[in-house]
Amino acid sequence: MDIKKVSKAGLGWYMKMAWRDGKSGIRRLVLFMASIVLGIAAVVSIQSFSESLKENIALQSKALMGADYVIDSNQPPNEKVESIIDSLGGADAKGVSFPSMAQFPKTGATKLVNVQGIEGAYPFYGELDTQPASAASEYQKSGGALVDATLMLQYGLQPGDSINIGKVGLPIIGTLVSAPGSTGMSASIAPPVFIPYRFIAASGLVQVGSRVGYDFYFVAKPGQDLEALDEKVDPILDKENADLDTHTSTGRRLGRRYENFGKFLNLVAFIALLLGCVGIASSVHIYIKEKLPSVAVLKCIGATRKQTFMIFLVQIAGMGLFGGLIGALAGLLLQQAFPIFLQDFLPFEVQVSFSGQPLVLGLLLGLFMSVLFALSPLLSTLYVSPLQALRIQEYPSKKSRKAHLMVFMAIILSVIAFSFWLLGSWKYALSFVLGIVVVFAILSGISLMFMRVVKKHFPASWGYTSRQSLLNLFRPNNQTMVLVLAIGVGAFLISTLYFSKDILLAKTSLESNKRTPNMILLDVQTEQREAVAERLRENDLPVIDNIPIVTMRIQKIKDRTANEIRNDTTSTINRWILNHEFRVTYRDSLIPSETLASGKWQGKARRTEVIPISLSDNVARDAQVTIGDPMVFNVQGVLMETEVASIRQVDWGRMQLNFSVVFPTGILEDAPQFHVLTTSAPDERTSAKVQRALVSQFPTVSILDLRQLLSLVDGILDKISWVINFMAFFSILTGIIVLIGSVRTSKYQRIKENVLLRTLGARNHQILKITALEYLYLGILGSTIGILLSLISSQLLALFIFETAFVPSVIPFLIVLPFITLLVLGIGLLNNRKVLQSPPLEVLRRETS
Amino acid sequence: MAKILNVNHLRKTYSNGSKDLTVLDDITFEIEEGETFAIVGPSGSGKTTLLGLCAGLDRPDKGTVELCGTDLSTLDEDGRAQLRNQKVGFIFQNFQLLPTLTALENVIVPLELQGVKNPSNSGKDLLQKVGLADRLHHYPSQLSGGEQQRVALARAFSNAPSILFADEPTGNLDEETGEKVIKLLFELNKELGTTLVIVSHDLDLARKNERILRLKGGRIMANETMVQS
Repeated sequence: MDIKKVSKAGLGWYMKMAWRDGKSGIRRLVLFMASIVLGIAAVVSIQSFSESLKENIALQSKALMGADYVIDSNQPPNEKVESIIDSLGGADAKGVSFPSMAQFPKTGATKLVNVQGIEGAYPFYGELDTQPASAASEYQKSGGALVDATLMLQYGLQPGDSINIGKVGLPIIGTLVSAPGSTGMSASIAPPVFIPYRFIAASGLVQVGSRVGYDFYFVAKPGQDLEALDEKVDPILDKENADLDTHTSTGRRLGRRYENFGKFLNLVAFIALLLGCVGIASSVHIYIKEKLPSVAVLKCIGATRKQTFMIFLVQIAGMGLFGGLIGALAGLLLQQAFPIFLQDFLPFEVQVSFSGQPLVLGLLLGLFMSVLFALSPLLSTLYVSPLQALRIQEYPSKKSRKAHLMVFMAIILSVIAFSFWLLGSWKYALSFVLGIVVVFAILSGISLMFMRVVKKHFPASWGYTSRQSLLNLFRPNNQTMVLVLAIGVGAFLISTLYFSKDILLAKTSLESNKRTPNMILLDVQTEQREAVAERLRENDLPVIDNIPIVTMRIQKIKDRTANEIRNDTTSTINRWILNHEFRVTYRDSLIPSETLASGKWQGKARRTEVIPISLSDNVARDAQVTIGDPMVFNVQGVLMETEVASIRQVDWGRMQLNFSVVFPTGILEDAPQFHVLTTSAPDERTSAKVQRALVSQFPTVSILDLRQLLSLVDGILDKISWVINFMAFFSILTGIIVLIGSVRTSKYQRIKENVLLRTLGARNHQILKITALEYLYLGILGSTIGILLSLISSQLLALFIFETAFVPSVIPFLIVLPFITLLVLGIGLLNNRKVLQSPPLEVLRRETS
Repeated sequence: MAKILNVNHLRKTYSNGSKDLTVLDDITFEIEEGETFAIVGPSGSGKTTLLGLCAGLDRPDKGTVELCGTDLSTLDEDGRAQLRNQKVGFIFQNFQLLPTLTALENVIVPLELQGVKNPSNSGKDLLQKVGLADRLHHYPSQLSGGEQQRVALARAFSNAPSILFADEPTGNLDEETGEKVIKLLFELNKELGTTLVIVSHDLDLARKNERILRLKGGRIMANETMVQS
């Protein structure tokens, strides 16, 4: 008799069978759908927002700069720079900017502002958004000032009022709503005030040592290659302490500034997706387990292994596509919320766009992740024997184990590749995946050890229910490892996320106590120092710090001049070191934010010897110097030979004045310098009174009121932490779904046993106690190990990524541990609700039908 | 008549931890086309294992099975599945309908696997023959045990099999329903000229067949031909 070699049932039949089978059992895949939707929504929302951010930066780079390119310097242009500017056809506009205290005669109030003196038609792209609109074009001609809108509102100012900048008084002719490149944050610390360039000299505010920026704005000629111009001119300008920035390079720099924040959010989204994938595997595992008898029957009546496999593969792929679509749509909707919460953090308005790309990403990701993570449980359909329609085969074949191993490898490789795509670094991607694998290994090891210990030291004298609950932990077909893994990984990820958020927020948080200064007086000239201190004391304010600052540049590192290093293309010394104007202090001791990393701290020196200086570790690293290396500094024309005597670790996150380079006392006392004084004002009224008094007497002194800054930073951190919490919520929600899936995996086993116990006469409270104790043990064990592991991972993150100290909080132990344990307990008991409420036979009939 | 099933010196051993358990040993018999054949024996005698081996659901450790002229040892698992799809029908003790498919969908699955176009009509005819014309779109959970086994009968005959294996077909039914199902099974078998192999511990049911193979402890105790009245 002939047997046709090829079965004719193809894709159409797979789809028909997948639909027939799926439509009646759809509610069993709710967990699957929830996992995929949450994971995809998290990734798509972050990805599409990042894309929008990038697009906006690219589109708005000209408007952000206000010109095609800018030559800037923090010193007046020398002859060489002037000649370069001339060779480029002369600047189309120029500006000078510096922080200064402004005074408003109407109220007598004072405020630190960022003065921008402009000459020419700047900005050439974007606009000065003013009210009235005509003020933007008229302020230069009419000799008026444009004042930041928030500042106007805060101080009750109106166009027509006046503003004093140094010795110059100007009428306010318009409210400045927005200007190119200003962020909500920087504008709140020192709001911008635009005045005509011609009044700058008369203000008397630009003096030696003042922090002044000089900008020359250019409009590119048609067809001009800005990249080439940048490459050619920038190195020449570098030597003259000036820079050329094109709008494209500014856009790139701006993109990089938000990269870290984006990476963190990407990581959070990835954790949500990863948990979602575990949810997929877990829910498909339950689903396929229920389908295996049907697969055996299908094989009995002639379906091949491929055909039975394909039915469920097509079904899962379809569900993945559908889940991906819903997740992508949800993600696209969610990203609308991000600009609202991040607007103060960004220097421009982000127009969130709906593009097809995230939708395609969501669909592909939904399909790929579903199929990949469902493959392992789906493989069971290949190896289920048709004999199972007659009897049950317990053990998987060797072939099945090999296939599962291959799927596991595919998962690991895909996760690494996906991590790389999200994080943009192989190092981070591999570390992340390695971390996850190590966590899995440790959790598995500990659960195995736990089972052995319980078995070895089994408390035979305990009562029946307590013994039975412990027995459940290590008897055949126990769920100990699966549940400890699921609970442990969930607790680990949630706690790590919590600790990371803590580290990130603590890094920027401000300490506030009586010993901490809350008012900083900048740019105090040496001759003003005593008088300013006296004025503070008159108002009963202490002078907490009196820090001298001397500006200088690096002339030589070891035996090579800065110019030689600049011209050496093989040198890996970081270029910023060579171009930076260092603000250096001198003192005889370390301050609390510093710790000695190497060398010997030398607080005093004589001018006759080589000067022993101290560098911060980042400067030593970037300059490639170590203890004993010579360096020459150019202190405003005077060359000073120094030697690196010590290297310090500096906690830059602390709200105090920290320095990269510190000289010993006895050297710089006579150098041209200015001072920073700090004090602590008890309330806003005192602070305002002192500011008014100081500004009227010392117009060049700038005052930074940390109280204002504190509330501003707090507000911004609140918003950032909202976004972080919001993304963490995804992970937590997905984690809970995974947990439900894992506990449900053990549902059928438990129900059968408990029904048997009831049939043998066990009472409800006995079954309840056995179940509750078992889940309690697993919940406590899994979440405790997870949180302990997260302490290690957070310490590593703090050390290598955030580069800061980590002080663990007890919150995860107080909240995460009991929450997860109760959740496990609740889900476990809910599973047994049916057993407790119905007669045994009814339960068995319902569960087997 | 041609031999449809030829079993030679069959041996099957299962490993139970460190011990090997021989379930079937030196089983040899043959069945001719159109015959009705019963395999009987007490629990644990190896009846179901033998049925599984004859239908190509499992491989023997020793010996050969030739089904419908094909030596099963020459086929891989998919080859054996295709052979079952084209030549074999199955009836199980616990019906084994696909719970997510309706009665009609269950019946036509073997035809769909063969690539038959519009198999619904023949499916409906078969369901009508077993008296379930009004239950076409019911799911198994909406049918009684007897009705489920009748759907299973319709499915077993849907691919016009050369041989039909029935594993304790009345094991999950009450006596009255069981008798009705058996009557229907023999009627359909006669009408379609199918070879019937029934595994049962019910001697009354066995005696309705033309031949009986008695098993005990994995060995053949007797291979009897019944005298039909």
